[in-house]
Formats: sequence, C-alpha cells, structure tokens
Amino acid sequence: MRRIISILMENEPGALSRVVGLFSQRGYNIETLTVAPTNDPTLSRLTLTTSGSDRTIEQITKQLNKLIEVVKLVDLSEGAHIERELMLVKLKATGAQRAEIKRTADIFRGQIVDVTSSVYTVQLAGASDKLDAFLESVGEASILEVVRSGVSGIARGDKVLAL
Amino acid sequence: MLVRALKDEGVETVFGYPGGAVLHIYDALFQQKSISHVLVRHEQAAAHMADAFSRTSGKTGVCLATSGPGATNTVTGIATAYMDSIPLVVITGQVQSDWIGDDAFQETDIVGCTRPIVKHSFMVKKTEDIPATIKKAFYIASTGRPGPVLVDIPKDLTNPAITYEYNYPAKVKLRSYNVVSKGHSGQIKKAVDLLMAAKRPIFYTGGGVIQGNSAAELTELVRKMGFPCTNTLMGLGGFPGDDPLFVGMLGMHGTYEANMAMHHADVVMAIGARFDDRVTNHTSKFCPNAKIIHVDVDPASIAKNIPVDIPIVGPVDQVLKEMLEQLEKTDEKPDQQAIEAWWKQIDAWRAYHGMRYETNPDLLKPQQVIEALYQVTNGEAIITSDVGQHQMFAAQYYKFKHPRQWINSGGLGTMGFGLPAAMGCLVARPDATVACVTGEGSIQMNIQELSTCLQYHFPVKIINLNNQSLGMVRQWQDMQYQGRHSSSTYEESLPDFIKLAEAYGHVGMRVTKPADLEGAMKEAFDLKDRLVFMDISVDPTEHVYPMQIKDGSMRDMWLSKTERT
Repeated sequence: MRRIISILMENEPGALSRVVGLFSQRGYNIETLTVAPTNDPTLSRLTLTTSGSDRTIEQITKQLNKLIEVVKLVDLSEGAHIERELMLVKLKATGAQRAEIKRTADIFRGQIVDVTSSVYTVQLAGASDKLDAFLESVGEASILEVVRSGVSGIARGDKVLAL
Repeated sequence: MLVRALKDEGVETVFGYPGGAVLHIYDALFQQKSISHVLVRHEQAAAHMADAFSRTSGKTGVCLATSGPGATNTVTGIATAYMDSIPLVVITGQVQSDWIGDDAFQETDIVGCTRPIVKHSFMVKKTEDIPATIKKAFYIASTGRPGPVLVDIPKDLTNPAITYEYNYPAKVKLRSYNVVSKGHSGQIKKAVDLLMAAKRPIFYTGGGVIQGNSAAELTELVRKMGFPCTNTLMGLGGFPGDDPLFVGMLGMHGTYEANMAMHHADVVMAIGARFDDRVTNHTSKFCPNAKIIHVDVDPASIAKNIPVDIPIVGPVDQVLKEMLEQLEKTDEKPDQQAIEAWWKQIDAWRAYHGMRYETNPDLLKPQQVIEALYQVTNGEAIITSDVGQHQMFAAQYYKFKHPRQWINSGGLGTMGFGLPAAMGCLVARPDATVACVTGEGSIQMNIQELSTCLQYHFPVKIINLNNQSLGMVRQWQDMQYQGRHSSSTYEESLPDFIKLAEAYGHVGMRVTKPADLEGAMKEAFDLKDRLVFMDISVDPTEHVYPMQIKDGSMRDMWLSKTERT
C-alpha cells in the first residue's frame, strides 16, 4: 500500500543522505521525496512516499526513528490528510491543439504560465492522481517535458507535527 | 583539544596508527601521560582491538586513524562492531577543510563510506566544536542499543597554533535522541503471567544480555523459574554454561536439545536477541506453537523477522529486575508438573544426541582441542575467536561461565578478528589468561599484529586449529557441491607457523598427536608472559554438527555426516 511519511529532522549536512541511504541499504523503495527547511531554520521537513506491506512500513518507520537526526515522524496515510504535488509541464500547442489544451488545463484548474507560438507551459497542483489524470487527458503525444515536485502532505485537523 | 576531551571522557588507551592528517593529534598524545597509545600494524586491527576492549571491559573503546587509506582500513572493524552492537568511537583525520572535495592526497569521504555501518557519524567543522562532538560521540555510542560512532576531523582543526577556550559539557541533550530507560510495567506483567502458565517454556537470550550487563539478573530469573535456557552465539556466557538448566547454543550449529526444545516450546522468552537467520532457520517454520515474548532495547529489533506476542522495549537489566520484583510479590508458581515433563523430554533429547564426536588415536579432532583448552584453563580464560569451524567448535565445547568471556564476531563474521581482539582484551584485563582460537585461514588475515604483541608484551595464547583448508567453506562444498573444493585449500603453500612465530620473537609449538595435546597446552599456558603460537594439526575432514538444514524448521538438522532428524 502507498504511504506518505512525513519527517521532521535536524537541518544539518548529511541528514538527508542518511534517510535516503537507509532506504537503499535496507531494500526499501522511495517513490517521491521532497525536502525543505521549516519556519524553524534548524529543522527540515521531509515528505516521502513509499509502498510496502504493513510490516515493511512498520520497519521503515522504526528504522527512520533510529536515525539520530530524525526528530519526529508521522505516517500521514494513517489518518485524514491533505496531499499536494506541484507539476510543471511543457506541451506542444499548435493549431486546434492550442484551444484543446487550454480547455483541459482550465478543467483541471491548471494555469498556463508560459507561452510561445508552439508551446504552452502548464502549472498544476493537486494530489498525485490528479496530475496523472491531467497527463493522460492531454495525451502522450503532446507532452514535451514533465517536472513534478513530489508529494508534500499535512494532517487534517488539530494534529501538528512540530516540536 | 581532542586529547583533553578524551581525557575528560575517561579514556585511558587509544589504538591507532599515525599519518599526515592526524600528526597534530599524535603530537598532543606524545606530550601527555594519562592516555596511552597502542601502535598497531594495520588500522583494521586497531578497530578490532578497540572493539574487543569494549566487549571485555564494558567501556567504550577508541581507535584513531589517518585520512584516506588509514580511515578505509578501519571499515571492516567498524562494520564488525556495528553488527554486534558494540560501543566504539572511531576518530579519523581528514584533509584540511579547504581541500575537501578536491581529491587531495589521502582524501576519502569516510563519513560517506561508513554511513550504513555506524550508529552515527560527525564531521567536525570548527575547532571549538571538538569537545562537545566527542562528548556526543561517546554518549551515542554507549547508550540505548550501542554501536560505533565515527568522528572525522580535518587537519587544520587540530592545529595547535590556533587556540580556543576549552569547554567540555557535563551532559548531553539531543532532542532527536531519547533512550528508553524503562520497560512497560503492564507488558512485563503480561509476560510474567504467560511464563507462569507455560507448559514448555524456554529462555532464548543473546548479546543484549552481555552488553546490557544483566547476566546476574538473567541467571537469577532462570533459576527461579527452573526453565531451560539457551544462548545465541553472541549470548554465550550470559547464563553459566555449566549450569544444568543450560541446554547449549541454539541455531545453525546449536545443540540438538536446544533446537528441539525451541521448536516444541509453547512460550519463548527472547531477551536481547534478534531472531537472526542463523538462529531461526526458515522464519515461516520457526517455533510453530510458541507465544513469543521479546525484550529488547531497540524497538526496531522487535517483530523485524518474527512476529512477537508480547513486545517489551527497554534496557534488559531494568526489565529483568522489574520482572524479578513482580515475581517476588506474586504467590503464583510455574506449573511444576508440566515443567517436570518438559525436562524429561529435554533430557531424552540430550541422551539421544548430545554433543559428541568420534576420536582417533592418531589424528586430533578439533573438538578435542577445545575440550583440552577448557580443562587446562579451568574454564576461566577469555576466549577470542576468528570465523569458521574453529569458532563453532569453541562455541560448542567451551562452557563459558561468565559474561564478556567469549569474544567473537558473530554478526559480520569477520576473519582476522581473533588476534587483535585478544590484544584488546589484554589491554582491558592485563592479568587475564587470553586465548585466541583460530584457524590457519583466519590467522593470516591479521598476522602482522604478532609484531604489535611483541612491542607491548601481549602474552596471547594462539590456538591454531590447522586443518590445511578453509574448513567451513570446505564443509559446505562437501555437503552442497559434491565435494568440489574450489579454492578452499592452499596447495602446500602454508607457512611454517613455528618459524613465523619465532621470527616475530615469540614461542612456537607444534602438536600433531592426540597424546601430546594436553602436555603441550599446559606448557604453553605456563609461559605466562610469552605469546605462544600453538599450531595444532587437526583432522581436515571433520565437519561441524549439528547443522540445520536450509529452509527447514529449527528441528531439521544434520547430526553427523550420515544421520539427520
């Protein structure tokens, strides 16, 4: 099952490589990874998505917790949560295609952020499956380049992952 | 600044090898008297010595190496300590800060190289951070589930020309590292209840009992309950090997009765053990009828390989103490009738196939050598070993009475560990009798340390079980590859170990006949202040039994070359 694990860790050199190293070292899989400092500059927030059996996920969270630089972590998929991913995509936009892509972008609440005579660059944010659906709608043939940020997530309600 | 911090940490001995990036540190060591230094002949040995110093004394060992090759040579030693959860602080020099990343002479990213095999590592960025980093390193290495910590220090930071105010913190507080100090009382209660109701219980204990200094508590608990107790390879000495409640080691080369008892148990009480693949055999067939209680300081060890019914996260000594207190308060007693019947069954297994081997008047058996070693040393010596058949024979036939008496590389299985380990033991306990049980394969992996032994007068007794082949490899080739001995023999290229020992300034002794064994061994151990290299010719065709059959359950074993369960 797909899981979103959100980690609060020391914002120190080497901390990220320890997290990433743990996954390759123990044969776990990272699907997406995003990391940036928080409002407290001594802390970084790292969100990753992975998949595995309940037992594997339990081991992943235990092993992550053992890393000295990991302060706190939460498996967001255990409760209600919001997940977002940002995507920038360059699409071929000539002739009749131009209007079609504009319409599809509107339906998905995307924005066209850059335009040339033959190319539209669309910005889209949402859950990962929404981004997948957009790419499917515009079709493989018109896609020139895709950049995705990886998933960021936060729990719904009063629950907070902070010190 | 570094040397002063080590002094403040109570370090008395550092094992190491100098080189460019650590010359400032070596100069500081030269100018003081409270920390002594042991100059090894290869940095791997320095790491093993510091590791064995920890294993014997319970204190954290320290080793020191220069940048580049010095640092990379410690890697096997670090991995060895990591796999066996041994506290170790490894200090490496690094090229000067402004050269890092330039592929400078003797530059290696040792923090990167060792990342998967350390508990934690530090690259120091500022001189004034050195004392606090050292404090943290010792704290992390020795608390919780112990492990090796590496501290990499660029050369410019140790330059004596730059001075800073020295501040050694009295305490460490890390917001992201909290050690469990106590097991959950409710869980402990549940465990006690389960043990009381058990009909076929067994204690299965590992290195955690040794590292967690809880052999006394374990012994009291086992004796109080009257249940059988088995130890893992790392746990030997955690419960007295000559106690009637001890059923021997379990696992791949465990005793018949220990493995049979595990398989048929209804309650398994695992303490400081990690359900290693060398213990469980196929995990899906492991202890099919047992409820499992697991006490461990590391939550990640629990339910990693085998699902557990009652997990207890906490330091083993504290959990066992609380368990004993709870037992004091309760009037409940274990089910005497069931336990008697259980012992009758175990005794029957023991009688059917206890540890045994065939002797031959002309040819020494390796088992015989270990038994003689046990006799001659009254079972009181510290025994270190290398890896292979000799290691298993030592584990099976030397009945370890005390914790920290059996020093071996269980997790990583590092050949070349035994000799430097014996030296580290002698630094921790200079008056102890220390024997290194090894083979002609393993001993050659760190034989250069014979020179260090002369320099520092380490009277190690080397018991070389010479079967003229890589015995364990050969055994597997016999059993699984129709006897094709691919690269497991030396074709007459073995050195004359007697001459070799003598060339290094030690005493060499050769034993080839069973009749000479005990006399020679007595003679060797009577030479108290000399290193004696006993080269003992043993039967090259001997196999280690019992041996679990791959992918089977715990009770599926070869008992000899022809018998299986």
